[in-house]
Amino acid sequence: MNESQYRQKILILYLGNSNLDSGIVGWSLYDGTTTVEFDPTGNEDPPYQSVLEAMRDGWRVIQIPTISAPQIGREHQTDYLQFEFVLERMELIDG
Amino acid sequence: MDKKDLLNSVTVAKFIRDGYLRYDEVVSKELCQEAKKAILSGELNAYDHVGSPFSSIWNNSTMGKIFRLTKVKGIIESLLGPDPQYDHHYIHTNKAHTKGKANLHQDGDYDTRNYGFDLLILFYPEDVTENMGGTLLIPGSHFRKINSNIIKRYQHIVGQQQLICKAGTILFIHSNLWHSGRSNHSGKDRLLFKVRLSPAVKQVRTWNTDDIDNAAIQPILSDSIAWHGEHQRLEIINTVRLWRYMTGDSTSEFKTKKLWGTKLADIPKVIYQDSLRSMDMTDETV
Repeated sequence: MNESQYRQKILILYLGNSNLDSGIVGWSLYDGTTTVEFDPTGNEDPPYQSVLEAMRDGWRVIQIPTISAPQIGREHQTDYLQFEFVLERMELIDG
Repeated sequence: MDKKDLLNSVTVAKFIRDGYLRYDEVVSKELCQEAKKAILSGELNAYDHVGSPFSSIWNNSTMGKIFRLTKVKGIIESLLGPDPQYDHHYIHTNKAHTKGKANLHQDGDYDTRNYGFDLLILFYPEDVTENMGGTLLIPGSHFRKINSNIIKRYQHIVGQQQLICKAGTILFIHSNLWHSGRSNHSGKDRLLFKVRLSPAVKQVRTWNTDDIDNAAIQPILSDSIAWHGEHQRLEIINTVRLWRYMTGDSTSEFKTKKLWGTKLADIPKVIYQDSLRSMDMTDETV
């Protein structure tokens, strides 16, 4: 394998729970195999139903979110998406 | 304003749950044409005086006519109370055939208010078709206070709503709702006129509350939104809290026999109650 001919694709899956088999609530794709700019549209379906399903399709999990307690006084506060899983896949590029 | 021109409680409950209300073709085609001319002429390019009473802005202009339509005025007053203040306005022109980068954001940085909010009013003087990449909203995101653009990494959220509408449509948005624009693949520029207003009074019972006891309200406030996932109950607590703030309700839910929220002070008395239901309202006088 010639490492220089592989590029990384990052798929970020946001789940509703820390369980890797729970449902997708959001997703993003960052594709290092192309120079074409990412162009999201408003009405796409999630690429997978869960992280586990993506793993079974060949994606490698490289980040699992930590489960942490809220700060005192902020127990009811919600903010950023908490269950953010990062997955990668290396793909062979032409040339 | 006449009570009949204000929103009812059921509609305000929907606003509190979703963070926005949408009114299609509320502005006539003629006024839309006039507005487009005014926008393109550049006469609206400068900010007006921040903090001025909104009633003193655009008195003799097309925008004045639009924002003083009885319907529009009634919605503004219902959500902000009488005599709101002008914060700023902005003209968004999304040129034909332009790609928009992922741009999900919340206007401003970490809103520190507990309950009060500003109103973003988004007026579309022209049709917005699917390939024009209209405003994208994340329903139910307005309780998540964040730092402006930090969430650009998020490209898609389940249940997101991308606007497709006819000219004359207006969105009334809680100032903390997450939103973005998208790529305009069409051959036409996309035009959006935004104005931000702030309340001049405490936002309590500012609408027509004749239907305040309508049985439809509790299910609306307790509705689930798919992308909240495991945080569903927290989001419902925050939704109910805002409702109770805006209705001036500081009574215990135990006393009213509604178990989806009570005051922290009641917890020791009913120790078996799930503490997640506590809704301490004591940090803000209601």
